[in-house]
Amino acid sequence: MSTSSLPVYLRHQRTPLRLTLTIIGWVVISLIALFVVFPFVWMILTSFKTEKDVFALPAQLWPAHWSFLSYSEIWKELPFARLFLNSVIFAGGVTVISVVFDSFAAYALARLDFPGKNIAFYLVIATLMVPYQITLIPLFQELFNLQWLDSYQGLIVPRATSAFGIFLLRQFFVSIPRDLDSAARIDGASEFRIYAQIMMPLAKPAIATLAVFQFMNNWNDFLWPLVVTSSTDMRTIPAGLTLFGGQYVVDYAVLMAGATISLLPLGLAFFFAQRYFVQGIATTGIK
Amino acid sequence: MTQLASPLNRTVRHRRWQNPKAGLLFLLPSTIILIVFVAYPIVQSAWMSLHNWSYLQSTQPFIGFQNYIALASDPRFWNALGNTAIFSAVTVPLQVVVGMLLAIKFSRSSWFASFFRSIYFFPVISAFATMAIVWKFLLSPDIGPFAAWEHALGIPTVNILQSTSLALPAVIVVGLWKNVGFTMVILIAALQEVPESLNEAAALDGAGSWGRFRNVTLPAIRQPLLFATILAVIASLQVFDQVYVMTGGGPLFHTETLVTYMYQLGFQQYRSGYAAAVAWVLFILIMLVSVVQLRIFRYRDVD
Repeated sequence: MSTSSLPVYLRHQRTPLRLTLTIIGWVVISLIALFVVFPFVWMILTSFKTEKDVFALPAQLWPAHWSFLSYSEIWKELPFARLFLNSVIFAGGVTVISVVFDSFAAYALARLDFPGKNIAFYLVIATLMVPYQITLIPLFQELFNLQWLDSYQGLIVPRATSAFGIFLLRQFFVSIPRDLDSAARIDGASEFRIYAQIMMPLAKPAIATLAVFQFMNNWNDFLWPLVVTSSTDMRTIPAGLTLFGGQYVVDYAVLMAGATISLLPLGLAFFFAQRYFVQGIATTGIK
Repeated sequence: MTQLASPLNRTVRHRRWQNPKAGLLFLLPSTIILIVFVAYPIVQSAWMSLHNWSYLQSTQPFIGFQNYIALASDPRFWNALGNTAIFSAVTVPLQVVVGMLLAIKFSRSSWFASFFRSIYFFPVISAFATMAIVWKFLLSPDIGPFAAWEHALGIPTVNILQSTSLALPAVIVVGLWKNVGFTMVILIAALQEVPESLNEAAALDGAGSWGRFRNVTLPAIRQPLLFATILAVIASLQVFDQVYVMTGGGPLFHTETLVTYMYQLGFQQYRSGYAAAVAWVLFILIMLVSVVQLRIFRYRDVD
């Protein structure tokens, strides 16, 4: 290893003690990494086991006979297609609508001048840190009054904007040079055109970050769909699998197949576009 | 601000708003949703907590602070609060310290650093409730792999999730498994913002690696570190998914937390007023912790 490429402060003498510590450090990190991936490996391998393998004693990691049966059974033992569709409609719906509404609000707060702007900004800031768990009890009553319980609108509308999204996009819009939209405004472009044709194209990376963040949070959310939905036909994947898994006799291989399928969309997206996942979370610390 | 914008904006401002209609229209959808589904429910939550409120009754009688008085002598509430406090007190320091160690180890770009970074981050993108099912399976005393290893090593097999002493630690470990990557990622982003030159200068002045961390890195990432800590505290006070799925609050309420208790009260017993009181206690707790943490960090700043 050539030390000249390292920053000055890392160019230490390679004493045996230091080297040993470095090696121990990486061994520990690798062992913990094994612990971190193990549940995923177990989940995926189990989904390919036969029932006999699942209940083999002592438990075996590797399937003795590879079987794809769980992946066909899952659609029969559970209304899994319906759960999947519900998750897509819920997470997809929230993502699309909230990206549109958040970017509207962010554009207004970053660029426009109108009465009540400061109040609106404080409203956004004030709701930024409020965990939704606290509003759950009255929200349930509200959705009950609206007769929106156990419906897509009940799942989606209360989430159709997020203070975090508005804040994130506002920060991005503020950083775009004003000359661009000022020039268009002087040329007589409408505010909507400036928003749609100048600001939004420039904000693509921020939009992608927000969209991934929203989709992930809602696809994975458990408590909200658990509270809002009650019929099996309206459950999302996490809630549906959990309730299925809570039954007395459980086909574990099928359950693990469901868990694997539900991880697939985000897992693949993560593989190809990791930075959008990371950015969404990293910005929460920098704000 | 550009030179051009200021005369246009400033002088006209007090007489006429530049884009009143457009501004309000753009803001309308989000404002309505935030007011109806976030701001109003918070106030409504306080209002409900002052009533003997239930979806099953036709009237909701006002009872003042009696729900809160009842909470003060409710052993299940104190138990849930205690469990939540233990969960937080153990989780937050571990999550921040381990997240920090990993962030330091992985903040420089190399293929193996980014490989490990992805591994440690992966649980963050998974659905916690779904993965909690997997964890329940892993910890199963008969068909789980951990039991098989215990068996192979000759250790007596324990039903961890049914054990009054081990269930809460198990829930904590699984929580860390899920969330350490979250803290790590925030801190990696923060570390990458620290100018290399600062560290180099300190090294040339003869500072050791601990000294550099203590006096250069730590002050430089104070703000994101504070946010990472606050977010970890807030998340830990709301622990729900893994408890609900893995133990259901058991055995004998040993893992019951504020949110699982609130869920039980509100959505299984339909005692909404009482559940709203629990929610408000949680809300106040979260606000207090955030304010205290902000204070502590500001105080150190003056130091």
